[in-house]
Amino acid sequence: MTTLISALQSRPHPPAGAEQAGRPCKIGVRGMNFYYGAKRALDNINIDIPENLVTAFIGPSGCGKSTFLRTLNRMNDIIAGTRVEGTIEIDGSDIYTGGTDVVALRRRVGMVFQKSNPFPKSIFENIAYGIRLNGLAKSRAELNERVEQSLRHAAIWDEVKDRLQESALAMSGGQQQRLCIARALAVKPEVLLMDEPASALDPIATQRIEELIYQLKTEYTIVIVTHNMQQAARVSDLTAFFWLGRLVEAGPTDKIFTNPAEKLTEDYVTGRFG
Amino acid sequence: MPTSNPIPHFQEELDALKARLLEMGGLAEDRVRTAIEALVRREPGLVIQVLDGDGPINQFHIEIDSRCVKLLALYQPMAVDLRMILSAVKINTDLERVGDLAINIGEAASRYLAHAPVKELVDIPRMADIAQGMLRDALDSFVRRDIELAQRVLDQDDDLDHLKTQVFRDLLAFMLNDPTTIEPSLDLILISRHLERIGDHATNIAEDVIYMVSAKDVRHHAQ
Repeated sequence: MTTLISALQSRPHPPAGAEQAGRPCKIGVRGMNFYYGAKRALDNINIDIPENLVTAFIGPSGCGKSTFLRTLNRMNDIIAGTRVEGTIEIDGSDIYTGGTDVVALRRRVGMVFQKSNPFPKSIFENIAYGIRLNGLAKSRAELNERVEQSLRHAAIWDEVKDRLQESALAMSGGQQQRLCIARALAVKPEVLLMDEPASALDPIATQRIEELIYQLKTEYTIVIVTHNMQQAARVSDLTAFFWLGRLVEAGPTDKIFTNPAEKLTEDYVTGRFG
Repeated sequence: MPTSNPIPHFQEELDALKARLLEMGGLAEDRVRTAIEALVRREPGLVIQVLDGDGPINQFHIEIDSRCVKLLALYQPMAVDLRMILSAVKINTDLERVGDLAINIGEAASRYLAHAPVKELVDIPRMADIAQGMLRDALDSFVRRDIELAQRVLDQDDDLDHLKTQVFRDLLAFMLNDPTTIEPSLDLILISRHLERIGDHATNIAEDVIYMVSAKDVRHHAQ
């Protein structure tokens, strides 16, 4: 079984990431299969995702990495005919048991999508909405404070503080994406799932998102799907490579990109996939 | 399905880089051979050839570094390709140093030839054969990605060190016996030292090859 934590613990040169090995497991996945109807899209996935690190999922289109990401907060539940086997535990509790409150789960495990999707409301309301919905502010002052805090966390406060009542749709693509990250952070999640969060952005906006990811990992467990291998190499501590619905290899990012254990991984990261 | 073909023009660039390194290696080896021939055959003309001929290696040095920078910047290579380019940068430096050492040997030979021979040269040509062989094998192992051959290069380094010590001991005896031999003997000792350094550069290249192929860092006896 490939687990990130065990891969970290077996590193031959501990100084580069020894502290990572001691991190507790935030998300543990065992024997997970995922089906779209009769078609098996994920096959026997076993992985430990450690707390407060960035874990990147890479692999060619259709390999199952986004599907897997979406199983971590049950976003696939809304697709008819999907089915999960095996277990996915967050902090040791299986999120697919009957009694799981899916809304509460998605509050704990927030998500940011490839295409920014702000509500057609003001910048302020985009953030305030989730806070109000979840009863996380007892007064207007507290609401204002939490909105500011979320925007600051997402490194966009300075750009929007003077126009909080303007429409979020008037912002640039990069700003909209950071607003969506701020919106996800507003409800105080523990895990942030990011599905190609910078793929539609220009290099400068991408750099800001990557810097933001780097800063956020001190407080959140981040899982990111990316097609951009250099981005995975830059932002993540751990990388998992998926291929045809299988998890081929997972381990410290520097190892995956300099000396992967599996030939398939090496073929992919060196562009030898025909 | 994965194939073993990377982006075609990237592979072409890698092949060209390898070919240029080999050409440079051949040139460096040739210059060492000429310098030793000049010494053994006592031919000042050959010495001049060596002393005047550093330009092409320096050109290679600059060109190969520039190729590597371009490949890193444009293709952002990963895994085995990244290791290959990093190794090429280091091998390039080693080969340039071998070229410089050939000049150092030429300069020492030039001074030595101004004196009567101290002795018949036996160990220095042997050292030169070993050093050139190590260099050739190191470059072959680079091209063939042959770890076993690279390891054999590493194993030969002790032979060279041993011969260098022997050369020093022999010449010390001559210098003690006859002080007029001190000056030319010191040049022979220097030459043996330069040959030993060429072996060290071949060893560096072999270590880089092992890293390039297996990602194992064997420098400084690292495990």
